[in-house]
Amino acid sequence: MTSYFQSLGLTYEWSWFIATIAGILLIALPLMLAVAMIIYVDRKIWAAMALRKGPNVVGPFGLLQSFADGLKVFLQETIIPSASNKGLFLIAPIITFTVALMAWAVIPFNSGAVLADINVGLLYILAVSSLGVYGVVISGWASNSKYPFFSAMRAAAQMISYEVSIGFILICVVLWSGTFNLNGIVEAQQGHGLGIVNGYFFNLLLFPMWVMFLISSLAETARAPFDLTEAESELVAGYQTEYSSMAFALFWLGEYANVLLMCTLNAVLFFGGWLPPLDIPVLYLIPGWLWLFAKIFFFFFVFSWVKATVPRYRYDQLMRLGWKIFLPMSLLFVVLVSGWLMVTRYGA
Amino acid sequence: MIQVLAFYLFAALTIASATLVIMARNPVHSVLWLIVAFFNAAGLMVLVGAEFIAMLLVIVYVGAVAVLFLFVVMMLDIDFAELRAGFVKNFPLGMLIAVVLAAELVLGIGAYRAGSLELGTPDGSAAPLLGKSNIESIGALLYTKYLFLFESAGIILLVAMIGAIVLTHRERKGTRPQIISKQVRRRPEDATVNVKPEVGQGVQL
Repeated sequence: MTSYFQSLGLTYEWSWFIATIAGILLIALPLMLAVAMIIYVDRKIWAAMALRKGPNVVGPFGLLQSFADGLKVFLQETIIPSASNKGLFLIAPIITFTVALMAWAVIPFNSGAVLADINVGLLYILAVSSLGVYGVVISGWASNSKYPFFSAMRAAAQMISYEVSIGFILICVVLWSGTFNLNGIVEAQQGHGLGIVNGYFFNLLLFPMWVMFLISSLAETARAPFDLTEAESELVAGYQTEYSSMAFALFWLGEYANVLLMCTLNAVLFFGGWLPPLDIPVLYLIPGWLWLFAKIFFFFFVFSWVKATVPRYRYDQLMRLGWKIFLPMSLLFVVLVSGWLMVTRYGA
Repeated sequence: MIQVLAFYLFAALTIASATLVIMARNPVHSVLWLIVAFFNAAGLMVLVGAEFIAMLLVIVYVGAVAVLFLFVVMMLDIDFAELRAGFVKNFPLGMLIAVVLAAELVLGIGAYRAGSLELGTPDGSAAPLLGKSNIESIGALLYTKYLFLFESAGIILLVAMIGAIVLTHRERKGTRPQIISKQVRRRPEDATVNVKPEVGQGVQL
């Protein structure tokens, strides 16, 4: 896109600048639309599993429900508790929302179709996703209320715990593909399984890593069954308790953007991203971004499925799973994967 | 042009937020300004082409260390009057540390301006590999030339971690922890009996 703006007679720097802004808008605006629709999909799947109808009034099949909800919160009054720390109280939802959008910069939507093709892409995603906890912690503290504070403490401990094992899982993927660049990781998966299956899941050493990554991504985004930060039976609504109007909506949007990001990471790291599932020339006729979207949608269905069927974990069980099972297992697999690669790829 | 603008933006924000860390009255605000300072320092690292260090700075300091800082500071119930009362008492010590830091800064900048630094070996084997990414250069250096130092740093950290766990660990008596394996091993036969009592008869368990 930079070269296009250069052809209009701009200098390289300014055309790069304009191209980047255009790229950001090109990713962020469809993402917001996708979040609105995915909230509707989430509610529909959840309703279907509970033998209900779900949203079906606004628009055909209730498709416009999310927009009606958006309009409602937009017209609501913003209530700021008088005892709260006002500046931080208002900054917290902005942080959650911004951070949820930031990570999309390095996601490849097709071969080479990525906003920032940096060679530390995966580290960037780790760095940005580790920032997500600040929105929750700051909102919990700034609300100056007991339930949000408990929720903030839980969120801080939970996200740090699962980031450790996610880090080790990502190391396995990076070791196998030999690059931190997400595009490179996708390309390394071409024909990985028996020369025909595109994706690292078809690999005895990486399949357990994928299962752990899926569960950790549920915990990292605080989705059911790990939604202890907003466990309504214990904490009202957790860190969102004191929020209303657009501030509340920003948390909501940020949360779902994060869920979509985790689904995308599952697709990109283990299921071949924009590659078709099988390495057959006919399948490459379908554009890559369609394959990626199909995979993201599949993983989102899995997320909703889990939310509708699995009861919430207790807090100590969550910690036990993170520290006593996932951490040693992922460490063991880092050793196994590096040992296997040492023998087969770099041996002698 | 954009790079120069970005540099001055990051540098100014780093200095401003670092100043606000010590000027802020509320310790939670201090920690948050510290995070802003880390973030802008990471931006400066990206500008000089050290993207790996920049990402590590954000992951380690912003993502883990500062969260724990914030965690502790939020839990504290800080009495500001008491804090200010200790100011006069701690002033000489604080000044001493400030002087030492200032001297180190002057020494460091002076040494840097005196001539080019001999980083690594004279034959330049420690210089970054041309045409390779940050990560490859650092890895090639850490796992060959500085292997011993790298591994011993790892051992020291491991020992420190074990030491911290040993010091803070305590056996608590009278708790009833959940033993998952015991629960999983439990079968219906262990807990229930199937009996067909006569009408009017009770069941002896």
